[in-house]
Amino acid sequence: MTVREHTPDRDPEFSKVTPGALLQELRALLGPGSLITDEELLRPYECDGLSAYRRLPLAVAMPEDEAQVVAILKACHRAGVPLVPRGAGTGLSAGSMPHPQGVLLSLAKLNRILRLDPVARVAVVQTGVRNLAISEAAAPHGLYYAPDPSSQIACTIGGNVAENSGGVHCLKYGLTMHNVLRIRVVTIEGEILEIGSQALDAPGYDVLALLIGSEGLLGVVTEVTVKLTPKPQAAQVIMASFDDVRKAGEAVAAVIAAGSIPAGLEMMDQGAAAAVEPFVHAGYDLGAAAILLCESDGTTQEVAEEIARMLAVLEQSGATGIRVSKDEAERLRFWAGRKAAFPSAGRISPDYYCMDGTIPRKGLGDMLTAIAAMEKKYGLRCINVFHAGDGNLHPLILYDANVAGELERTEAFGAEILRLSVALGGTITGEHGVGFEKINSMCEQFTSDELKIFHAVKGAFDPQGLLNPIKAIPSLHRCAEMGRMHVHRGELKFPGLERL
Amino acid sequence: MSIEAFRERILDRTPLCIRGGGSKDFYGGPRAGGLLDMRGYCGIVSYEPSELVLTARAGTSLADLGAALAARGQWMAFEPPGFGGSATLGGAVASGLSGPGRASYGAVRDFVLGVKIMDGEGRLLTFGGQVMKNVAGFDVSRLMVGSLGTLGLILEVSLKVLPLPVAQATLRFQLPQDKALETMNRWAGKPLPVTATSWEDQVLTVRLAGAEAAVRSACGTLGGERLPDSEAAAHWTGLKDQKLPFFDGEFPLWRFSLPSTAAPLNLPGGVLVEWGGAQRWLRGAQDLGTLRDLARQAGGHATLFRGVDRAAGVFTPLPMPLAAIQQRLKHAFDPHGVFNRGRMFPDL
Repeated sequence: MTVREHTPDRDPEFSKVTPGALLQELRALLGPGSLITDEELLRPYECDGLSAYRRLPLAVAMPEDEAQVVAILKACHRAGVPLVPRGAGTGLSAGSMPHPQGVLLSLAKLNRILRLDPVARVAVVQTGVRNLAISEAAAPHGLYYAPDPSSQIACTIGGNVAENSGGVHCLKYGLTMHNVLRIRVVTIEGEILEIGSQALDAPGYDVLALLIGSEGLLGVVTEVTVKLTPKPQAAQVIMASFDDVRKAGEAVAAVIAAGSIPAGLEMMDQGAAAAVEPFVHAGYDLGAAAILLCESDGTTQEVAEEIARMLAVLEQSGATGIRVSKDEAERLRFWAGRKAAFPSAGRISPDYYCMDGTIPRKGLGDMLTAIAAMEKKYGLRCINVFHAGDGNLHPLILYDANVAGELERTEAFGAEILRLSVALGGTITGEHGVGFEKINSMCEQFTSDELKIFHAVKGAFDPQGLLNPIKAIPSLHRCAEMGRMHVHRGELKFPGLERL
Repeated sequence: MSIEAFRERILDRTPLCIRGGGSKDFYGGPRAGGLLDMRGYCGIVSYEPSELVLTARAGTSLADLGAALAARGQWMAFEPPGFGGSATLGGAVASGLSGPGRASYGAVRDFVLGVKIMDGEGRLLTFGGQVMKNVAGFDVSRLMVGSLGTLGLILEVSLKVLPLPVAQATLRFQLPQDKALETMNRWAGKPLPVTATSWEDQVLTVRLAGAEAAVRSACGTLGGERLPDSEAAAHWTGLKDQKLPFFDGEFPLWRFSLPSTAAPLNLPGGVLVEWGGAQRWLRGAQDLGTLRDLARQAGGHATLFRGVDRAAGVFTPLPMPLAAIQQRLKHAFDPHGVFNRGRMFPDL
């Protein structure tokens, strides 16, 4: 895939930095095997899961323990060199794209599970432990770690904390922030913060909530205490077809209004079903305009009762076809297609671009109608998968980066979807984070006063702005320069700034 | 009061004491500053049961919210305590206090989706929103929860609400404290519909809630003595609002927030355990330093929840790097020190 060179070659903020002495110091500290500076070896680190944005870092540092993390942060702080933390690099918003004059801090070697207490239902793990590895370690005790982002085989808990990752079960089981009790964080000055504990709350401000989802801008997480959840006894999924996406959206609302919180509630449009079916043979109804997957979990009796209740609602809501998984194999097959949506998009198109807006569910019909119009406007196809239970949309825009102009059109298409997400009362990102990718769209969602508060919060932790620069929170100048001067909530966005 | 009137008070820069229904006047540090009564700023802004989202102004009473939700078969699952007074939404969020279901449903902070606030410069700011998943920008909404009004004037809050459980049952067991703690932790590790627990005076009380069949089957599995529904409701409301006999009388009340598996507290005075062992109440005169040390050793913290002498600080002070960050956060939102001075920590 060709890459558009959007990202700055040099960041003028750090133009006076001379890193030679720092690199020497880091090499002495870590040993030559744990500090990469050779261009060929830096290549694998040039991007995260969003490969359209790439940049080589100055160096990759791979600490083996917390003491080395502290030493690296102190050294970078002294030298005034930026630092970008990275877990497994599966993020989808270029949140761990390297900084051209900065050190990329790979935390993958901090991968030990330190303690698992089945009675207290907690695990204390290092930041580089994979999400799924926690559930695997907890499985013999009938427990698991509930948030299940689709990258859970590879993604690390530290990355989950940075992004406040969700998953297909988060309407019922919550996001990372609902399932983390404590984090241990190193500040840019190299000081260690213990935030939270095994108790359910802590004195003072809820800094734990502030740090979860802060995209590596406030500190580097080295250790996490997670809550473990008892594994449900049983699970069953309903697959329902609809001849109209609006009807499917209304069915979702009806299921919830009838008092059910499904363990998973996912929607695919016809394009998405058609894309995945040839690869997974899940038995999807390809004639349907939309397919809903509606899962119940709990005790055997609970599941039976809830499935019956949801079936009645779906039938009343005009489902044209309904199937209920008969056994675990069929349940997994129904899910397989949904889980394969991203890779399938990659098979039917040279490139695809995944959006992540969240809207109040009632806006779904309007959004899908608008996306259909945008497909014509930009001359690009878009297939839609949707965490329907919580309003989180993943439109996948299909494009070919080798065709001149397609990436630019794709980006404009994506930005328009995000603008509409905000206009419908939603947000530009439900779970993938802002990172570098959506930094301009932040100007759509927040006023200059709100951005000022974000910068003040950042300043409370990292006054020099060394941690993950040019990510997540745009500068006021950037927003003004983007020329996004539309009227927002009845006010002009950046009245204090001059326009060019 | 109007937004403009709030702004005027804030820009005046004289310290303000923000107050809703006053049901939690006893909680936190002593109140100081000119009264800013939020009760007039009330009303539900929007409520869509099928979206599971409710937005209301800070002065809306919890009773009104509860009634509006109940009419649509929903509730605030964090069960905010009102202590028998006329508690408001703003106060519930600012205090960050959660009821008996905390260990299973979650806390106030887990249900707050967005806030509209006014900061110490009189700026009207919106963070979060009306959707379940939102990772754009720092999570300022949740930072407001439990900040006791020291960061900004909370004007509006959006909450995730949940369907009321279809069925409930409350069971009682005769057990000493150590066995009760062991039992609560064991059951919490099983896929059982346990949604609240309490232990006092050799009696463990357990609330089950969920699907009809699940509650019925759990009753069969767990045994014990089933309480009549009205008695059960009275117990859980009394626990939430601290109206049970345990809380009667004039004495300091201490709150311990501990790992659920922490050993029984070996202290004189009555003990009541909640949240599967994670929240424990202790009544009677005690030495502040001793209790804080004890809580720290057990892996948690202690608070003087109700007491006469609050000037010395009721919450466990933060260790240094964190205390400095907290000061800087306060300064970021309230640079002139207008909001609720001393209500959280004497120097904040």
